[in-house]
Amino acid sequence: MSAPSVLLVTRHAPYGASLARSALDAALAAAAFDRPPTLLFLGDGVLQLLPGQDASGIGTRSHRRVLDSLPLYGIDTLYVDSQALAGHDLTAADLPPGARPVDDAAIRALLAGHDHILGF
Amino acid sequence: MLPDSAFDKEGFLRELDDWSPAVAEQLAAAEGIALGAAHWEVIELLRDYYRQFESSPAMRPLVKYCALKLGPDKGKSIYLMSLFPGSPAKLGSKIAGLPKPDNCL
Repeated sequence: MSAPSVLLVTRHAPYGASLARSALDAALAAAAFDRPPTLLFLGDGVLQLLPGQDASGIGTRSHRRVLDSLPLYGIDTLYVDSQALAGHDLTAADLPPGARPVDDAAIRALLAGHDHILGF
Repeated sequence: MLPDSAFDKEGFLRELDDWSPAVAEQLAAAEGIALGAAHWEVIELLRDYYRQFESSPAMRPLVKYCALKLGPDKGKSIYLMSLFPGSPAKLGSKIAGLPKPDNCL
């Protein structure tokens, strides 16, 4: 029997609350135990992907830099809400190499296609 | 030599800026490890990892990063275990002056 598939949905901007950080920590923890989840960035969650984040002023680490280590944890693809990207005027050039913009139909398919969904 | 107060109760450096090669020697001695060239290579690699990703690696990404940077012969957990016995990601991070890895077994 194969392990249940997990979709981790992250919907909040990287700083100001700990939700984005918690989502990333959950992904890293699962991956460290050989259960890399699928990651889906919705709504303001797409702001986590922006390059050039400097969080030293609030005494925390750059969210994007930690995201950049995901391929080493076996998480190569980041699914990103294409409508939210457009709403924030972001382009593919702003995103990490593994980012894959997805439309609403593809998002529905991801939500329906996993055994478990973790929402942050 | 840094005083005991520079380290937390698990022996990790409290202020990352306090690190120096001499501090690494002190940290390694406390773990009963004499640092050789092979240790230093991994210590430098861990510090590069931290500069690049602002986090300490768990075991799996450390092995993968070693394979990428040092070649497949060194990208093996058994090799890292021979240098930093027990828990290489944790022990290596400690000696390299990094925070404790979040997801360490």
